[in-house]
Amino acid sequence: MKYTLHLIFLIVSFLPWTTFVQAHEMNGHVSVEARLFANAPLYPDQERNNGSIALAPEYYHEWENGSSFTFVPFLRLDSADSERTHFDIRELNFLLLGDPWELRIGIAKVFWGVTEFVHLIDIINQTDLVEDLRGEDKLGQPMVHLSAPTDWGVLDFFVLPFFRERTFPGPDGRLRTPVAVDTGNPVYESSAEENHVDFALRYSQVFGFGDIGFYYFKGTGRDPLFIPSLNTGGQPVLLPFYRLIDQAGIDLQLVAGSWLWKLEALYQDNESENFYAATGGFEYTFIGVGDSTMDLGLIAEFAYDDRDDEAATSFENDLLLGLRLGVNDTAGTELLTGLSYDLDSRGNVLRIETSRRITDSLKLFLEGWAFFNVEPDDTSLYSIRDDDFIRLQLFYYF
Amino acid sequence: MKKNLLRHYSIVLVIILPTLLLLQPGHSPAETAEDKGLALAIEADKRNSGYGDSTADMLMILRNKHGQESRRNMRYRTLEAENDGDMSLTIFDSPKDVKGTAFLNYTHKLGDDDQWLYLPALKRVKRISSSNKSGSFMGSEFAYEDIASQEIEKYTYKWLRDETYENRDCFVTERYPVDKKNSGYSRQVVWLDRDEYRIWKVEYYDRKNAHLKTLTISGYQQYNEKFWRPDLMFMVNHQTGKNTELQFSNYRFRVGLGPDDFNKNSLKRAK
Repeated sequence: MKYTLHLIFLIVSFLPWTTFVQAHEMNGHVSVEARLFANAPLYPDQERNNGSIALAPEYYHEWENGSSFTFVPFLRLDSADSERTHFDIRELNFLLLGDPWELRIGIAKVFWGVTEFVHLIDIINQTDLVEDLRGEDKLGQPMVHLSAPTDWGVLDFFVLPFFRERTFPGPDGRLRTPVAVDTGNPVYESSAEENHVDFALRYSQVFGFGDIGFYYFKGTGRDPLFIPSLNTGGQPVLLPFYRLIDQAGIDLQLVAGSWLWKLEALYQDNESENFYAATGGFEYTFIGVGDSTMDLGLIAEFAYDDRDDEAATSFENDLLLGLRLGVNDTAGTELLTGLSYDLDSRGNVLRIETSRRITDSLKLFLEGWAFFNVEPDDTSLYSIRDDDFIRLQLFYYF
Repeated sequence: MKKNLLRHYSIVLVIILPTLLLLQPGHSPAETAEDKGLALAIEADKRNSGYGDSTADMLMILRNKHGQESRRNMRYRTLEAENDGDMSLTIFDSPKDVKGTAFLNYTHKLGDDDQWLYLPALKRVKRISSSNKSGSFMGSEFAYEDIASQEIEKYTYKWLRDETYENRDCFVTERYPVDKKNSGYSRQVVWLDRDEYRIWKVEYYDRKNAHLKTLTISGYQQYNEKFWRPDLMFMVNHQTGKNTELQFSNYRFRVGLGPDDFNKNSLKRAK
């Protein structure tokens, strides 16, 4: 980690700062947030509601040859959960643009995947779970990433020299396991612990009828198992256990008129098991519903994991249905609803997300989550069964 | 004088002669109004071909019927493709919540375009359903099909008449979308000037054949001694009272863009 930072600063300090396209550009956003829960907390330490503030400035500099430098720190201060109060460097990287290859060195973010609800195959960056239940917020990952477009597709090589541990809500926070995760004492299968160097190789190609990608990842898996333990104070805690894995993944998206067909699948081999998991489905879009300018998308996806209930994911045999409404107004109003239905344990999660621009620099986000029909044997949902909440966020962009 | 004579001659040739021929059974007309409409589109396309690649800045001003304004800044890059439609990349600079969002489009002469949208917050490239032709572009009065590269094969044509429009001698032609299922229009009426084959006005008729929108184009300037580009496109929606102004600036041609500047990698690093 330290070495990577040193390397970046070394490179940046030796670069000519004279010619530029977008010189020293500063952007970003600050947001205030309230999360209001419908029910009293289940566990004694938990506070009922929370308010928080987050800051994410972005510095960007681009040279005339297209090479660039990006720095995006992130800070959240939370009123209830000390684990949710956290700082992260989302990006601190230098992009060297060759012809036609590109090399990115430093802390960066990479997303792989096509489906709406379950981000199954995405693996390069660790999930910043305290931020968001969807798993779309990610921690910055130190990397050397070479991307080489060829006539027969794009090849991406990754060297990932440092492991980022997943964030989890602390004892005061809601939306957590019955016993809080002790993120201060992770357990690694690799003796190098977080310094184990991971590798990934990806091939992707674009066709007129769709997009396809394959990858192979070798290193420390991003999804931990949990080991019940006691902390130094004698309190029960869960220790995250990160295993070494070999994982192959595929993502496929086909387009046919108003239809988008999506599939993500992976095969993982680790010291104790090997398994398959897949998610896929379709999105069908009606353009200009009822003579309006609105678009309505119908989404149906299925998620499967052959580990059944031992799955580290909450999606082992689930149906996910969604509605997406794009109003196409000047305020950019959008609405997405999703309902997941566990075909084994019958637990449901309903979520509604909507956003709307108020002025050119203010935007409002509102989301609501509800959990129902959750049975005690549903390990992923049972401890959050009373955590129905609404989250209101106001973003100011600068 | 000579020009006028020529025009008279061409009117005779173009209107009277075919009409006479049409009236005589057993004779096929030399040039139908459809042939002429197509010929005009081919000539207009020919005059614009060979631009190679270009970039421009765009300012879009959206106004509702109360006159309230909303602004979007974009940068536009396009590459001419040899045997297919053009490739284009649009990068959004404002409003700030969509800054860095980028839109990649591969136009095809036949069939649906290929489209991807890059969402910078998620670092995610999303394939977009390609049948979205009639949908609004960024909440504006421009539909995707209005701003897409206007390939000849996307329409069938019919020459209507010649007339003077704003002191310019123009051809007035009608064009009909080939993709009737996804287009929002039954027909478009286009004013092309005789001198340079530039479009000055387009009237859009919705699927029920009601006059939906009118586009007026102005401020044409010639670049590289060949290619005419407008400074302003103004779209009025007659049914909602809203309008959208699209201002262009900083046109540059042959800046050295290639296919590698129009792939998913370039979409992701567009800032």
